[in-house]
Amino acid sequence: MSFVKRAKSNSSIAELDSNLKNLKELCPSIKNILLLDSEGKLIAVKYYSNDWPTNSAKETFERAVFTKTQKTNARTEAEITMFDNYVVVYKFVQNLHFFVTGGENENEIILATVLQGFFDAVGLLLRGNEDKKEALENLDLILLCLHEIVDGGSWLEMSLNSPHPPNAVDNHNMDAGAPLSEQTITQALATAREHLTRSLLQ
Amino acid sequence: MAQPLVKKDDDRDDEADYSPFLGIEKGAVLQEARVFNDPQLDPRRCSQVITKLLYLLNQGETFTKVEATEVFFAVTKLFQSKDIGLRRMVYVMIKEISPSADEVVIIVTSSLMKDMTSKTDMYRANAIRVLCRITDGTLLTQIERYLKQAIVDKNPVVASAALVSGIHLLQTNPEIVKRWSNEVQEAVQSRAALVQFHALALLHQIRQNDRLAVNKLVSSLTKGSVRSPLAQCLLIRYSNQVIRESANTQAGDRPFYDFLEGCLRHKAEMVIFEAARAITEINGVTSRELTPAITVLQLFLSSSKPVLRFAAVRTLNKVAMTHPMAVTNCNIDMESLISDQNRSIATLAITTLLKTGNESSVDRLMKQITNFMSDIADEFKIVVVEAIRLLCLKFPLKHRALMNFLSNILREEGGFEYKKAIVDSIVILIRDIPEAKETGLLHLCEFIEDCEFTYLCTQILHFLGIEGPKTSDPSKYIRYIYNRVHLENATVRAAAVSTLAKFGAMVDTLKPRIFVLLRRCLFDNDDEVRDRATLYLNTLGGDGAVVQTGDDVKEFLFGSLDIPLVNLENSLKNYEPSEESFDINSVPREVKTQPLAEKKAPGKKPTDLGAPLAGPPSTADAYEKLLSSTPEFASFGKLFKSSAPVELTEAETEYAVNVVKHIFDAHAVFQYNCTNTIPEQLLENATVIVDASEAEEFAEVASKPLRSLPYDSPGQTFVAFEKPEGIPAVGKFSNMLRFIVKEVDPSTGEAEDDGVEDEYQLEDLEIVAADYMLKVGVSNFRNAWESMGADCERVDEYGLGPRESLAEAVNAVINLLGMQPCEGTEVVPKNSRSHTCLLSGVYICNVKVLVRLQFGLDGPKDVAMKLAVRSEDEAVSDAIHEIVASG
Repeated sequence: MSFVKRAKSNSSIAELDSNLKNLKELCPSIKNILLLDSEGKLIAVKYYSNDWPTNSAKETFERAVFTKTQKTNARTEAEITMFDNYVVVYKFVQNLHFFVTGGENENEIILATVLQGFFDAVGLLLRGNEDKKEALENLDLILLCLHEIVDGGSWLEMSLNSPHPPNAVDNHNMDAGAPLSEQTITQALATAREHLTRSLLQ
Repeated sequence: MAQPLVKKDDDRDDEADYSPFLGIEKGAVLQEARVFNDPQLDPRRCSQVITKLLYLLNQGETFTKVEATEVFFAVTKLFQSKDIGLRRMVYVMIKEISPSADEVVIIVTSSLMKDMTSKTDMYRANAIRVLCRITDGTLLTQIERYLKQAIVDKNPVVASAALVSGIHLLQTNPEIVKRWSNEVQEAVQSRAALVQFHALALLHQIRQNDRLAVNKLVSSLTKGSVRSPLAQCLLIRYSNQVIRESANTQAGDRPFYDFLEGCLRHKAEMVIFEAARAITEINGVTSRELTPAITVLQLFLSSSKPVLRFAAVRTLNKVAMTHPMAVTNCNIDMESLISDQNRSIATLAITTLLKTGNESSVDRLMKQITNFMSDIADEFKIVVVEAIRLLCLKFPLKHRALMNFLSNILREEGGFEYKKAIVDSIVILIRDIPEAKETGLLHLCEFIEDCEFTYLCTQILHFLGIEGPKTSDPSKYIRYIYNRVHLENATVRAAAVSTLAKFGAMVDTLKPRIFVLLRRCLFDNDDEVRDRATLYLNTLGGDGAVVQTGDDVKEFLFGSLDIPLVNLENSLKNYEPSEESFDINSVPREVKTQPLAEKKAPGKKPTDLGAPLAGPPSTADAYEKLLSSTPEFASFGKLFKSSAPVELTEAETEYAVNVVKHIFDAHAVFQYNCTNTIPEQLLENATVIVDASEAEEFAEVASKPLRSLPYDSPGQTFVAFEKPEGIPAVGKFSNMLRFIVKEVDPSTGEAEDDGVEDEYQLEDLEIVAADYMLKVGVSNFRNAWESMGADCERVDEYGLGPRESLAEAVNAVINLLGMQPCEGTEVVPKNSRSHTCLLSGVYICNVKVLVRLQFGLDGPKDVAMKLAVRSEDEAVSDAIHEIVASG
């Protein structure tokens, strides 16, 4: 073992600590977004990290999240819990349960903002008619929303507004005779975008 | 249509359970996907099919490679559609499915590249994201021009898409992405909040290895051009990183502290919280710097939003570990959180209060917790129990209240892990706080009266057998123990019989009564119980009269077995039934050099019931007994320390030799454990000739040869040295094994009469400073550290050079110092970049030593270490540094 005695300078431990935090951790990130029904059945999910490599790992996680939260009342304010070194924020409306999971060191309030963004977006997409049947019938919109909220990996990126701006763009290109559902999405997303932009620029 | 695969619950209303995907089946959907090939595309129908495919993927269905490829090809046809909704779904589908069909990716790239330059912003953004996901280096250079443009696109969505793709690409093609610096820099100034956020993240990533550049970037941005709260959070994290790097100790002009403090007044809660958290994480933060952050967090504690309360209490909980005084201001708010609806918040509040509480508030706190315990889950209860144990060790005077609390919750419902945590805590308190012993034991007795867990029952019975006889009135425990013999399963009954016998052996006055009870056990319907009772009745002696039990009997029945079980097992296997009875003394006593067996004793955390009592003494006791029973060494006094065996030969050589260094106050004894691995040889009169010319302070005083060393049966030879009393003398010894070798006929196993003298060179042996260090743990390192005081503190920093991992470096230093890791700090969490390790030990002449090691990674592999030593003697503190510096 060779130990070299080090001169006392500012190149010391504290400096090393600098590298301590993995750079990836520096960027706010989320692990997954989850939408379950009131019996814990999966409606839609998107994983942005490899923490759960297999289907069974995912299912176990989803079940654990559901059982740990089902007795709580997360209908007025988003609730929060922590287990297995993950922070989970969640909110329920009727028979829909929304979850956002982050790493143990993530800023809880950022996670809650993502949850609120997803929650509002889905609410608008379902025209305020949030229940399981409606959600399944509009699954395409919800999946789009999940895909565009966060892009790959764990980066919180298109993050808070992504489902919306593409549609703002759509607005200009949309035919007058576009099908009803298209128009609804556009409307929904435009409103959601406003909300999120507000929250981003406050 | 295919049969529904989804299981239907009969008792459920069909209406409520309706789902558009009811009965969906992969094969059928793949068939449907043929509509993608229709010359006249029906966008609505295509969208539906894609949704179904995505639904299947989402539910965990997997596609074979062929299926995936087919779908992929079909989907690419949809690029012809002008329907925007459908096109968006196409992008999603390609992203989901392309990784499993990467060799056909080339098919879509042309379509995507076309979209990338499209006038429609939505196409551009999506195409960039998908293309960057599936692209490789060569293609990237082709599209680089478009990506650079996209970064500064006036549409924020396009710019964000390009920037985010840049972040992903940086992992695979860093040199290309680094060329985009100028554009990214421009994007940082964007008016769009998200673009700014993504640009900042990418720019920082590009510069991450250039400390100066990062510093400059952060300095310029903290002057205030960042608008998006998310970007502001990011900036806070970066500046916190710079603070850690700059590492100046004069707290006054910490860079960026003012920036962080300013962020506490930001409008967005996420920024306020991020800044508060950052301040609490600053290395060596002063209480003045901490105050504004704590104030903000305190406000959060009374927020109506659970998330805010949770975030605040979790952060304060962490602060309480290092700065308990700073958190006490929040105690009133924290107490009201005990009744919080959210049990996570309540638990965090409780444990924080337990950390910050002072002696006078314990009683009040316990009252509140009692109400709280009944309605939280076991996992939270375990956390609380552990916090209470620490509190009790901190305030031993409060043991009565805390012990009562533990016994109350022990009686309530709970799972095994929870009950075990409570029992472990009581055992630790009994061990560390003598006054708590009798009440604690009674609580345990009451618990086993109604305990459904066999494991806990037997452990407690064992513990009672050890501690019970030493109390002032051992007889009161007998009833509890004997009840077990009536009421429990065979395992517990057997354990109870042993415990009874222990009382009988240790307390002579109880012996007659114990005999009566043991005789009743002879009629048990379980073999083991009867056998044990018979054994004890026959060996304890005195036939139930009040007589003293012989020490040898006690030792035989309850002493620690100083023979390694592996060796005993081997000997028993080799034993052939004959006239001659099995002689336990023929079993080799030396642990076959398995480092694992050595580590077990000190490494195991003393939370297990059995371990602290039976575990550690086994090897140390065995050595001590061995040495004191050897006349040559009997006069050396008390054994201070025995080292772990050090190998003196390579593996797989003719003779395997390792050495154990025994340190006495004024002597050192080397115990050479030799194994002969040649079946055709018998060694006789083996000694080790030691040359101590490089160890001037040592003088050889005695040597004990090994008379005979047959094949594969280890034996020991000893050499003893005199050394200056109480001085940690070090030195190097060279060793030579000398012996008479005799040929053995393998068929008969008989040795020839004449032997030849021979020698065998062994490796050198050193006595180092760590040999004078005893592994002695402390239960509460912080308290011990603080009560030791800084009078004899010595702090210095060392570079350890390149290391395989942080864990490896930590282990190396622990081994070098030979001290006991405390509070589980020897375990380095995976992927961590820094670690603090706490060690304690007793140096020769009984000087207590505490060490705090802080490790950090410097660059990719280099490890640096800060070593702080506190002891009762300056010279010893210096000696510890000496060990590390020369190690």
